[in-house]
Amino acid sequence: MSGGSKDPPYTSAFIMAVITYLEAIRQALFDEMSADERVFVMGEDVGAYGGAFKVTEGLQDKFGEARVIDTPISEIAIVGSAIGASYMGMRPVCEIQFIDFIACCFDMLTNFAATSRYRNGAGVPIVVRGPCGGGVGGGPFHSLNPESFFLNTPGLKMVEPSTAYDAKGLLKAAIRDDDPVLYFEHKFLYRRIKDEVPDEDYIVPLGKAAVRCEGSDLTIITFGAMVHTALDAAKQLEADGVHAEVLDLRSLAPLDREAILASVAKTSRVLLLYEARRTGGIGGELAAIIAEEAFEYLDAPIMRIASEDAPVPYAPPLEAAFLPTVDKVVEGARKLVEY
Amino acid sequence: MTGKSTLNADEWRVADPDRPSDLLAREQLLEMYYFTRLAREVEERLVILFRQSKVIGGLYRSLGQEGESVATAYALQRRDAVLPLIRNMGALMTMGVRPIEIFRQYMAKGTSNSRGRDLNIHIVHMPAPDTHEPVIVGPISMLGDSIPVAAGIAMGARMRNNPRVAMAWIGDGATSTGAFHEGMNFAAVQKIPLVVVAEDNKYAYSTPISQQMAIKRIDERAESYGIAHELVDGNDMLAVYDVAKRMVESARAGHGPQLIGIDTMRMQGHAQHDDARYVPKTLLDEWTAKDPLRRFRQVLIERSIAGDRELDYIDKMAKDYAAREADLAVDEPMPDPATVTRGVYAGDDYAVPRIELVKSPFARVSAGLKTRPTQEEVS
Repeated sequence: MSGGSKDPPYTSAFIMAVITYLEAIRQALFDEMSADERVFVMGEDVGAYGGAFKVTEGLQDKFGEARVIDTPISEIAIVGSAIGASYMGMRPVCEIQFIDFIACCFDMLTNFAATSRYRNGAGVPIVVRGPCGGGVGGGPFHSLNPESFFLNTPGLKMVEPSTAYDAKGLLKAAIRDDDPVLYFEHKFLYRRIKDEVPDEDYIVPLGKAAVRCEGSDLTIITFGAMVHTALDAAKQLEADGVHAEVLDLRSLAPLDREAILASVAKTSRVLLLYEARRTGGIGGELAAIIAEEAFEYLDAPIMRIASEDAPVPYAPPLEAAFLPTVDKVVEGARKLVEY
Repeated sequence: MTGKSTLNADEWRVADPDRPSDLLAREQLLEMYYFTRLAREVEERLVILFRQSKVIGGLYRSLGQEGESVATAYALQRRDAVLPLIRNMGALMTMGVRPIEIFRQYMAKGTSNSRGRDLNIHIVHMPAPDTHEPVIVGPISMLGDSIPVAAGIAMGARMRNNPRVAMAWIGDGATSTGAFHEGMNFAAVQKIPLVVVAEDNKYAYSTPISQQMAIKRIDERAESYGIAHELVDGNDMLAVYDVAKRMVESARAGHGPQLIGIDTMRMQGHAQHDDARYVPKTLLDEWTAKDPLRRFRQVLIERSIAGDRELDYIDKMAKDYAAREADLAVDEPMPDPATVTRGVYAGDDYAVPRIELVKSPFARVSAGLKTRPTQEEVS
């Protein structure tokens, strides 16, 4: 049903509605819980309150307390009991209230969940989802992008949608996947992004990137909220006659190496844009893949644009200086094409 | 116990409800003795294999704790879930894990449950939902993690309308972890049928219990969660069984999680490399006199359940069985290095969460003498 590496196949056969990124996540939960009694939701304040961002609003009314479980403030117990329940054939979806708190269950995810299938063949089909990202004045503990914490842990999968369509399709795919999937939802996009989403069942397969904007002069490889920063930058560059391609990774583990290398072969210049801190971030891994496998295509050094190497600051002028911006991307892209 | 060797329906009703061990038939008592002896003999064989450098990595003994491991697991039904630790070899024998599975694991064989990926009793058994087999989930080395996972297993089984009691063992050291706290509290709030066996074996590696907790009794850990708890002499197998049986049935009846505090002693170092010179000799002497296997043997003789000749025969049976199983495992192949990245993700069913389960020589007789019929026997 999904368009694989291309944009979704919007056709007249679908009943389309324009909904927010947040609503798309909620719809995915409703759909999957309606279709599969093994799916249940657990997390802090997800029940009657509907979650800190109201993602799970209405869920408990429809599915009851047994399937929408309010937990103590216990990320270890949330993920640990989800692992156990998944062993018994359930499909738990855990909400981490702010994704920063995923550090509290790091051990459960990296040592228990990620190794279980490899060690004894016992799969752990759980989804751990939560709001990531900055730009909303959240400060050091409500703004993180934790993907690089987990990138070095085989056994986990990771996704981060940039559109409402992908938010719904990726979450459905994650819930149906037989491995543990970390689903990062960018809180800046929750109510700011709206696009057309079919009512019909569809998934966006894990491990497939999407070209958001075709170009020939350079490739901006990015994901999450930075897709929109990249698209804004591409628009400005277009006015100067620079044609930037924007590749939305969508899945961070596994990476769509084919799509990455195809775009690099096409444009020969790469700008890696990610919102986490620069050092040790996913950009380093992407740069290494490109250097190892597409070195002969490169006409310029691989460039990273990411957040500053500091904790996420609170004050708006500090956060603005900390985060990647359209201006920084445009400036970087110009340097690359002039190289 | 009155020393009677057979039971009938009338006798069940007059038994002391606080002492479910009164209802154990002769064959069941002998089976408990057999499992305890077998756990010890399997480990004795492992020591030999360790000295021959055939065990890869460390060897962890449960010497002195075999009795409580058997007596707690014996309180379960066959279909329940167990999450043992390295010192619960007795629980694994009780649930019917074939000893060869243990030898394969310790020697990192390609035929082992983990296909050489993980060590010692880090094994997993996931039965099909309609089989009368236990769920077995071995520990990971981050001790304490088993508690929330055990809670999830019992919760998930309940959600699937296929209820099982989960029993998880934990040492005094691991009760200091955050995972223990979060798992206990969550299980209490959700009234999950979880029975936690908290073993005060006096040392966590080299750290004495006085530096692990400021409370006097390990079972008091449960108090703040609103979880029922009791402390028992862990080297008195029937006393352990009595508490465990009551708690398992209480959990099964919907009264939420339970915690059994086990007062026992780790009789060797943390692992074979550790000579445990930090343990006072007087303490070891005191507990040597309380060896659970010897005490249980004494009880069986005093109550005329069996004589020395029969018990010696069981000893030999267990020892020979352990030796045969070890010999079979020794010659099995190591894993193929080419498989190193297989089975990380779904779609490559390289390892299967299954272990071979066996019945004890007493199973056929004891099954007909269960103190109360199991659900599957009723149906």
